[in-house]
Amino acid sequence: MIQLDHVSHQYRSPEGPDVLAVDQTDLHVKAGEFLALRGPSGCGKTTLLLIAGGLLRPTSGEVTVAGKQPYHLSQEARAAFRAESIGFVFQQFHLVPYLDVLDNILAPSAASGTTDRQRAEALMREFGLETRAHHTPAALSTGERQRTAMARALYNDPQVLLADEPTGNLDPDNAAIILERLQAFAAKGGAVLMVTHEDQACRAADKTLTLSKP
Amino acid sequence: MRIWHFVLRELKHRKLNALLAIAAVSVATACLTDALMLLKADAAATEAVLAEKHAAVEKAGAELNDAMRKITKGLGFNVVILPKDQDLQEMHHSGTISKSMPEEYVVRLANSNIVTVNHLLPTVTKKLTWPEQGDIPIVLYGTRGEVPIAHRDPKKPLLDAVPRGSMIVGYHLAKKLDLRTDTEVTLLGRPFKVLKTHDERGTVDDTTVWINLREAQEMLGMENLIHAIQALECHCAGDRITQIREEITAILPGTQAIERGAPALARAEARDKAKISAETSLSREVAHRQQLRSQREKVAAILVPLATIGSALLMGLMTLTNVRQRRQEIAILRAIGLRSRQVLGIFLGKALVIGVIGALIGIILGMALGAVLHEETTAPDALAILLPAGLAVGVALLGSWLPAVAAARQDAATVLQEE
Repeated sequence: MIQLDHVSHQYRSPEGPDVLAVDQTDLHVKAGEFLALRGPSGCGKTTLLLIAGGLLRPTSGEVTVAGKQPYHLSQEARAAFRAESIGFVFQQFHLVPYLDVLDNILAPSAASGTTDRQRAEALMREFGLETRAHHTPAALSTGERQRTAMARALYNDPQVLLADEPTGNLDPDNAAIILERLQAFAAKGGAVLMVTHEDQACRAADKTLTLSKP
Repeated sequence: MRIWHFVLRELKHRKLNALLAIAAVSVATACLTDALMLLKADAAATEAVLAEKHAAVEKAGAELNDAMRKITKGLGFNVVILPKDQDLQEMHHSGTISKSMPEEYVVRLANSNIVTVNHLLPTVTKKLTWPEQGDIPIVLYGTRGEVPIAHRDPKKPLLDAVPRGSMIVGYHLAKKLDLRTDTEVTLLGRPFKVLKTHDERGTVDDTTVWINLREAQEMLGMENLIHAIQALECHCAGDRITQIREEITAILPGTQAIERGAPALARAEARDKAKISAETSLSREVAHRQQLRSQREKVAAILVPLATIGSALLMGLMTLTNVRQRRQEIAILRAIGLRSRQVLGIFLGKALVIGVIGALIGIILGMALGAVLHEETTAPDALAILLPAGLAVGVALLGSWLPAVAAARQDAATVLQEE
C-alpha cells in the first residue's frame, strides 16, 4: 500500500550547505499493516511521512501509495489523490479554528465535492464528540481535538493513514483511544504509517522501523 | 461543504479583521461617491445658474427690442430744415447758423400734406454774450413752440412755447449766475423773468437761454425770419432721410434737410451696453464655474486615487497578515486535498464579500457625507453607484490578489514540518 524505494531527500539551505534528511531509504507498509517509525530528532521521520503523503517530492527514489505514484501526477491531481486516498493526523491537530467539530470533520468534503453529513455524525459518535458538534476547537480539550482530527482523517474513508506523533500531546486515556482507532483502521485493511517517539505507541503498531540520522 | 462556508465562517470568526477591511474599502468608496456626487451637483448647479443668466440676457434683449420699437414709434428721428445756402460745415464747426429763411415756411409746411413729419418747431439761434451778466457767452434760442400740422389730429406738443418776457435757462448758466425760477434779469436791454431752469444735460443746452421766438427775432433784427425748422418724430421706412428730403424740398424748394441724432439712439446704445454687460457677466459666471469645477476635479483626482491606493494597500496588508495567521490552516487544507485554486477562492471570496459590504456602506456614507458637507447635491445616478461599487470590489480583490496567490502556492510540507 505504501512503498518507498531508495528515497532520498535533501533540503536546500540558502544559509549553508544542503541538509540530507533521508538517504536511500526503503519503506514498505502493506494493506492491513500498522507501522511505527521512530528515531532521533532530525533522522527524517516526518520527511518520510510527508513524502508518503504526496506533500514533499523526494530528491530521488520511487514512491507508490495506494497503487499510484503521486509524484507522477500533476499538482491538482495529487491533491485529489490525497483527498481520496490519504488521511492525516498531526501532533498539533491542525483543526480549522473557525469551524466547529462537525464542520472540521466535513472539511475534506470541500475537496471531494460530496458532503456526507450522516457519516460525519457517525464519526462524531464513534469518537464521543456528539455533544461537541457545534463547538470550535478553542472550546475543546486536547483529547477532543485529536479525536476530531482523527475523525476528519477517516471521513473520506482513505486507504492510508499517516500519523505524525498523534499521541504526543495526549493523556494516556486519549492516546489509547487514538492508537485503538489506528489499529482498527489497519485491521479493516488500511495501511497506517505513524511517526512516534513513544514506546506505548510503538507497542500498538505491528512493526516498528527505527531510523538513524543519515 | 463549499468554499463559501469557509469564507463566511472565517469572516465571522475574525470580526475585527473583517470590520477593519470593510472600513478601509468603505472609506475609498465614500470618497469616490462623494466626489462624483459633488461634481454632478456642481454641473447641475452650473447649468441652472447659466440657464438663469441666459434667461436674464434673453429678457434684456427682448426688452431692448420692445423699447426700441416703442421709442422708434414714439420719437421717430429728427430732421433740421435749413436755408439751402447755409454752409453746413460752418454750422457744425461753429454751432451757429448764419443764413435765414422766412418764418412763413413753417406754416407752408404745416399746411401741406406732408406725411413723414409729426412736429414742427421754427427757431432762431445765435451765439452771443450777455452784457448784463458780465459778457458771459450764451446761446440764444428763440422758439414759438410747436406749429400744428393742419391735416393731422392735434398732438401733445413736444415743446411748449416760451411766453413773452420769460426765459428758460440752461443748467450751467443758472448755476453760474445764480438764476432761479422767478429771478428777474435783463438781456440785451429787455426785462425777463426766469420761467424755469433745466437740469444738467451735458450739452450746449447747459449754456442756452430759451426765449419767445418773436422777442428773439426782434432782438436779433430778424422779424419774420427763422434760422431753422426742427421736424421731430419723422416716420418713414427704408431710406428715411432721402424720402423726407424729397418731400420737404418739394414743398420748400429753398431749403435743405439734415438728420440729427435721436435720443432713441442713445437709449438704444445704453440698452446695448446693458446687454453686453449681461453677456459679459454670463461669460464671467461660466468661467468662474468652470474654474471651480476644475479645482474640484483636481482635488478629486488626487483624493480619490490616494484613498483607493491607500485602501488597496491596507487591504493587501490585512490579507497578507491573514494569510500568515492562517498558514497552518492552509497547509492542512492542502494536505486533506483542497486544490490551490480552492485556497485562492477562500481568500478572494473573502475579499469579494468585504468589497460588496464595503461598497454598500461606502456608497451610503458617501451620499450622507455629500448631503451634510455640500450645499449643492443631487440624487445619485447609476454611474455614481456602479463606479464606486466596482471600485470597492476591485480594490478588495486587487489588494488581496497577491497575498491570496501566495497562500495558494504555499508549500504545505514546509509549514507542517515547522511544529
